[in-house]
Amino acid sequence: MSHTVSIREVIKKFGDFTAVDKISIEINQGEFFTLLGPSGCGKTTLLRAIAGFNKMDGGEIAFSGSVINNVPAHKRDIGMVFQNYAIFPHMTVKENIAYGLKAKKVPRPEIERRTEEALEMVQIAPLKDRKPSELSGGQQQRVALARAFVIEPRVLLMDEPLSNLDAKLRVQMRTTIKKLQRTLGITTIYVTHDQEEALAVSDRIAVMKDGHIMQVGSPEEVYRRPANRFVAGFIGTSNFIDCEAKTEGSETTLRISSDYGVKVKTKRPIDGPAVIAGRPEQLFFSDGEGIPGEITISTFLGDFVEYEILTESGQTLQLNEYTKDVGSVRPDGQKVHLRFDPKAISLIDPKTEEVISDFGG
Amino acid sequence: MKTKGLDKKPRDIWSLMKIIIFVVILLSIVWPLSTIVFRSVTNKFGEFTFENFGKFFSHQYYFNVLENTMFVAGWTTVISVVLGVWIAYVLSRYDFKCKRILNMLIILSLMSPPFIGAYSWILLFGRSGWVTTAAYNWFGWTLPTIYGKWGIVSVFICKMFPYVYLFTSSALGSIDSSLEEAAENLGASKWRRMLSVTFPVVSPSILAGAVLVFMSAVSDFGTPMLIGENYKVLATLVYEQYMSEIGTSSNFASAVSMIVIALCAILLLAQKWYLNRKNYNMTCMRPPAPVKLSWGKRIVMLLPVLLVVLIALLPQIVVVVTSFKNCNGPYFVEGWSLNSYQMIFTRMVRAIKNTYSFSLIAIVFMVVIGSITAYITVRKRSFTTGVIDILLMIPYVIPGAVMGLALIIAFNRAPFYWAGTAIIMILCYTIRKIPYTVRSASGFLQQMELSVEEASINLGVSPGKTFFKITLPLMLPGVVSGAILSWIETINELSSSIMLYTGKTITMSVAIYNEVARNSFGTAAAMASILTLSAVIMLIVFNKVSKGRVSIV
Repeated sequence: MSHTVSIREVIKKFGDFTAVDKISIEINQGEFFTLLGPSGCGKTTLLRAIAGFNKMDGGEIAFSGSVINNVPAHKRDIGMVFQNYAIFPHMTVKENIAYGLKAKKVPRPEIERRTEEALEMVQIAPLKDRKPSELSGGQQQRVALARAFVIEPRVLLMDEPLSNLDAKLRVQMRTTIKKLQRTLGITTIYVTHDQEEALAVSDRIAVMKDGHIMQVGSPEEVYRRPANRFVAGFIGTSNFIDCEAKTEGSETTLRISSDYGVKVKTKRPIDGPAVIAGRPEQLFFSDGEGIPGEITISTFLGDFVEYEILTESGQTLQLNEYTKDVGSVRPDGQKVHLRFDPKAISLIDPKTEEVISDFGG
Repeated sequence: MKTKGLDKKPRDIWSLMKIIIFVVILLSIVWPLSTIVFRSVTNKFGEFTFENFGKFFSHQYYFNVLENTMFVAGWTTVISVVLGVWIAYVLSRYDFKCKRILNMLIILSLMSPPFIGAYSWILLFGRSGWVTTAAYNWFGWTLPTIYGKWGIVSVFICKMFPYVYLFTSSALGSIDSSLEEAAENLGASKWRRMLSVTFPVVSPSILAGAVLVFMSAVSDFGTPMLIGENYKVLATLVYEQYMSEIGTSSNFASAVSMIVIALCAILLLAQKWYLNRKNYNMTCMRPPAPVKLSWGKRIVMLLPVLLVVLIALLPQIVVVVTSFKNCNGPYFVEGWSLNSYQMIFTRMVRAIKNTYSFSLIAIVFMVVIGSITAYITVRKRSFTTGVIDILLMIPYVIPGAVMGLALIIAFNRAPFYWAGTAIIMILCYTIRKIPYTVRSASGFLQQMELSVEEASINLGVSPGKTFFKITLPLMLPGVVSGAILSWIETINELSSSIMLYTGKTITMSVAIYNEVARNSFGTAAAMASILTLSAVIMLIVFNKVSKGRVSIV
């Protein structure tokens, strides 16, 4: 049976540098949970603390309720896939996969059966007698994967497992990983700096920065309803547009330019400068009112066109328009007006950098 | 904090190993050397004094010895750098079929017993040498004398330029070709590229080779002893002073040793200072491809290289050939036979037995201590392991005569009466030659990702078992390769052996030295041939095991 994982106020310091600063997360049984953040945010440090390779400087980690701080790494019953695969170079593919089962003293016929099964699942059965040096990166990745899940661990950890693969293989492997995780139902903690990968595979994502958690939520939540300016900028692309905000009663009026303003709902009143975060696909060209500007460059990308627009107030914005929705590509230098759907944007209070939009739910 | 104390560092087996190795090093390296320091600043009654150093610097004779040492080592270094860099450049940048063999031959000239060169040169160019006699009889020429400083320098160059060659060629092989292409692209001519990009970038390696040459030239004892005649250098001075002070307390020999140590230390610090200023980190994706040349150019390029390698190997060839020649006392006579071999296997069995048994026992210690040390210095890095790392390199850079002297002083009193025993010889070999094993093993470990060991632990295998199932098998080629180099160096060791040996513990290198000293060339040649053959065989094994992943120097 898979574990729940409780991370409670975990602290990890390297000298004076605090890599993980009092982080708490609850991960559900069978969940695919991703730690996402730029390099140096503490995500790998936290993962290695769960694996037992890093001693913590505070807090505790519990599997299904029992604290494992003092359980040595080799007794934690965790599977781990390393960034550089960490395949044993002196063993064949099959020996690599059987290694953990042998250590657990599983009877020989069962080792044989489970190893074969694992080889089949990651589709490398014909390669079982090869040495790792004879495998491609993608194949090594599959060995690493099979070796980690064949021991039927109660938690599976993955440290940037796809970062050494080329773009196409990466997309392929992340589907493989997601399917495998669904089939096996193992609680999985996945570390990556690639937001697109995180959105693609995860049930829930924790966005991290400087040893802190910025937001925990489903891929849709962190994309549509970022908790703060960092998340809005890190996940996907956001336009940050300056405006003047004034709350009157239950409505807040945002004035973007002299002739363009919208009304939104906020969680708390605000009066003064504010920042609107809007996705490129949530900006539209308008015929009349809107933010005035000029197209500086348009890039045709097949399924959509990406426009870069310089507004009259001197900001550069990005607008995406689906090719199927419009007839032709607008020429560079065209004077345009931009509008957005007030329900789709996030309003950021510049003092706290927090998103204060009321998404109503 | 409530979790405090929960995550206390467990006392594992490696912390214990650190302590054990540290204590062993303190006893076998630090303590003997400290006795030298102590002796150098006391007189024979144990009173504090600087008179030993005063004696050295106030007598013109001793000062000349220092000057001689600098002269010999300086010229050796300069010429070795020129030869080594040139040959490394030619062999790494142009495509020759015989490259591998040449490389092997150059390594072989490095791995020869230290004084074989001197001895062969005397046979060829000495007062009654074959070439000297032939030149006089056939052409009436009188060749310049081989004895004295230039003889020492030429023998040194032949043996030591390989250091520069090996360092430089490995550096040249790890320059990414894009670097030179960039220079070419920016319009630099071939010569300009070489002088302004290639050589500056490999300069730290050239320097490392040069420092090694200089230190070897300062430490070498056999060559100046045999071919120098009245030309004294520091290494021979330590030996002579020690020999003449036997029964006394060797204070002056200690002072001379301190001067030699200071010389080496200054050099190492200078090198470190230079490396700190010029530390080029390069990621080599694609080493430059060797250029194919036309036949004419190939011969012009290769011929001088072949000539140098041949001259460097000449001593070995001479030794092997003369080992089969008939001898009558000091004279070679007509006819060929195995008489010399018969002679050494009847009269000098003890030396042969000692050489192989001492070296094998020493190797066992080197392998065990070396693997553990490599592991703790790479994987369990701490302040202690940093100190261990530095201390372990000391016997490698200190001349053998000095180390031998230190061991005798330290282990000839309670509680260790080891002087004249096999124990002191084995101890000396172990500490002097272990750096080869440690460096090779830790090199392998460094290339091995830590995550491989973590993967094993993660799969449920305890750290202790992981060491034996994963780490050791992966480190083994490195340990074995290093041990082979240690072993070859051990059987050839003369400078410390000659300080430590007695009739019972005589080794082949000492026996060769003694035989040469009393003009019994045939037996010396036969024994030297056996050493050379051992080295050749082990070098072949080394190439098979290391697969080019361990550097010789």
